[in-house]
Amino acid sequence: MSETVIPYMVKPHPVTGIPNGKFGIWLFLASEVMLFGALFSSYVLIRTGMPHWPPEGGLSSEVLNVPLATLNTAVLITSSITMVLAWASCKMGSLPRFRLWMGATIALAFVFLVVKYFEYSHKFHLGHTPSHDNFYAVYFTMTGLHGLHIVGGIIVNGYLLGPGTKLWAKDPEHFTNRVENAGLYWHFVDLVWIFLFPSLYLL
Amino acid sequence: MDAAQHEDVSKHMGQYYVVFVALLCLTAVTVGVSYLHLARPAAIAVALVIATVKAGMVAAVFMHLISERKVIYAVLIITAVFFAILLLLPNLTTFEHHSGLPGT
Repeated sequence: MSETVIPYMVKPHPVTGIPNGKFGIWLFLASEVMLFGALFSSYVLIRTGMPHWPPEGGLSSEVLNVPLATLNTAVLITSSITMVLAWASCKMGSLPRFRLWMGATIALAFVFLVVKYFEYSHKFHLGHTPSHDNFYAVYFTMTGLHGLHIVGGIIVNGYLLGPGTKLWAKDPEHFTNRVENAGLYWHFVDLVWIFLFPSLYLL
Repeated sequence: MDAAQHEDVSKHMGQYYVVFVALLCLTAVTVGVSYLHLARPAAIAVALVIATVKAGMVAAVFMHLISERKVIYAVLIITAVFFAILLLLPNLTTFEHHSGLPGT
């Protein structure tokens, strides 16, 4: 049986000037912008329609845990640079260094989720579930969808760190492109949090 | 990987670290400003401006948008236009509210 190969995975496509995988990931990110954009838009609509936000009084920064969210912001920013370093290590031809930085990126993603777990469980403990009021519905929907994206990133990055590494021996350039594409996604997840953090916790 | 590529990446390393430190500093600024309890419009403006600067740095340097192909810019411009429309949609409810049409 002949092997079907997706064309232009390593060499740039003559029309776009970039490999197909990279073009694909950017189109996917464009759709992600619309997904999160719809939620941000809904948030603005819900919030401006309320006489007070949070509805039970106080400030968002008093109801939500700002120190933990600040820590998580730093964790995600750090994971973004470790991701860049993982890709740069591939570019410079060092698989052991790639393993080190990619491992760090995944570890930081888990740290983010653990911190989020503590935040969520504290809210649940107080009876502040998504059905409590609009404030918590918005908070859990937006941070929950973002959290799912973190889980998705862990799966993709975990694959690249584990079984996906086999490609390195066969075609290092192709593997490096995959790491770059996973990185583009990961930086986008960081970018979403950069907006989520102030709009949910601080304003 | 050839030597030219090797050098190309190592040249950018400093840039990555600078952006990393800048992102951490701007996070501290955002949190710090929130404790000042500015008036609502000013607080929103400051927070969003800082977030946009941070997002711009991530996109430009970490995602290499600063030296990307035209086709990606084209995709992103279209995305930005539709994103803006999406964010302006809630305004329609205000227009309806003030129009005095039956049923409003």
